[in-house]
Amino acid sequence: MPVEPPVESPSSLAAAYRLLTGGLLRPIAGGTDVMVQITGELGEPPRRVLDLWHLDELRGIARDGDELVLGALTTYTELRRSRLVGEFLPELAEAAATIGAAQIQNRGTLGGNIANASPAGDSLPLLLATDATIVVGSARGERDVAAHDFWTGYRQTALAPDELIVRVRIPLANERQLRFRKIGTRRAQAISKVVMALAWRPASDGSWQDVRLALGSVAERPIRAWETEQILQGAEPSEETADRAVSSLAAEIHPIDDVRSTAAYRLAVATRVLHRLIRTEGGW
Amino acid sequence: MTTRLTVNGEPVELEVPGMRRLLDALREDLGLTGTKEGCGEGECGACSVLVDGAVVDSCLVPVCQVDGASVITVEGLAREERLNALQAAFLETGGAQCGICTPGMLIAGEAFLASGAELTDERIREAIAGNLCRCTGYTKIIDAISLAAQRLRT
Repeated sequence: MPVEPPVESPSSLAAAYRLLTGGLLRPIAGGTDVMVQITGELGEPPRRVLDLWHLDELRGIARDGDELVLGALTTYTELRRSRLVGEFLPELAEAAATIGAAQIQNRGTLGGNIANASPAGDSLPLLLATDATIVVGSARGERDVAAHDFWTGYRQTALAPDELIVRVRIPLANERQLRFRKIGTRRAQAISKVVMALAWRPASDGSWQDVRLALGSVAERPIRAWETEQILQGAEPSEETADRAVSSLAAEIHPIDDVRSTAAYRLAVATRVLHRLIRTEGGW
Repeated sequence: MTTRLTVNGEPVELEVPGMRRLLDALREDLGLTGTKEGCGEGECGACSVLVDGAVVDSCLVPVCQVDGASVITVEGLAREERLNALQAAFLETGGAQCGICTPGMLIAGEAFLASGAELTDERIREAIAGNLCRCTGYTKIIDAISLAAQRLRT
């Protein structure tokens, strides 16, 4: 049987913050990661747990002006079913549908995916590509962290020990185009071998502006491919652009061999997926 | 710590640690051993149960999070010794082989039937995508869910 560490189940966010101020606690949301950690098979299990599941302050999906605001406890099922997400950010619903299967989607949360900080976290490249803001809170107040500043190393985040992820704000940029691709061993229940999100705004001259390219499973954390973005920025989606972008990307990412795939495969797939995305948009 | 919930319609009070897995509470504390443990990490779906109508892996749910919830396990499907439509369909189509995945498949199948989703093989496959059958008997499981859905919808 797994260990059963002591757990606190506060009924308000303020009470949760007070508990975090009082000592180190491992937050649990939908449990899809923490409940595996208590088996002890992934290393030292958490010693004390803070249950967030009943904190309604961390739920809800709303549109606030030019932003979509998602509570940290928003589940993948809620993302798939949300009318607002379907209307304004369907790629996020598309990404949620590739995560696990019904059992995981009913429990796994956006905030949990962010906090778990896996390099393979499926929603994370989309947050990078959309310039999302991750709002974190503690008894000291709330602060905004840009998605590209949030994952600081292998399973490391910008969260202080007393902070929780409260919500995510995603700008709904006018005319933004967004694409999401996940490559895994099968369509469901697969941890990604490569996950990619590409955003741009098409200019009237056919060139791409405000380009964002983000990837998962190709580095120690989810990353923006800053140099490849510069190749694509201001360019048209031509075959020459695609070739140059792919050369750049191959030099910019550093995938590894592990139980799920090989560095060589991930490199080949990441570049192929990007090439195809550009080809599709260029119509050649 | 006391957790109050209903299991298969019956009120239950659990005096167990809040981080106990729902799976262990069902099997060890309540003696409901129909729910199986396969992988213990959310990959196989053998421990699937319904919590407030949603299919979940009970190995990934701590008891503290089901306070006030309604849990349905495979034991809650039959009524008065009579198999329900889905269970009967599994028997008719040969949807059960070795049996280890069957409780979870039945629960995932129930969630599909309750969802009102379009009745296609594709949608059924998606509904049971979180459930592994080690006998690889998926075709007859899909046939069973499809048969039950046709009967329930006519």
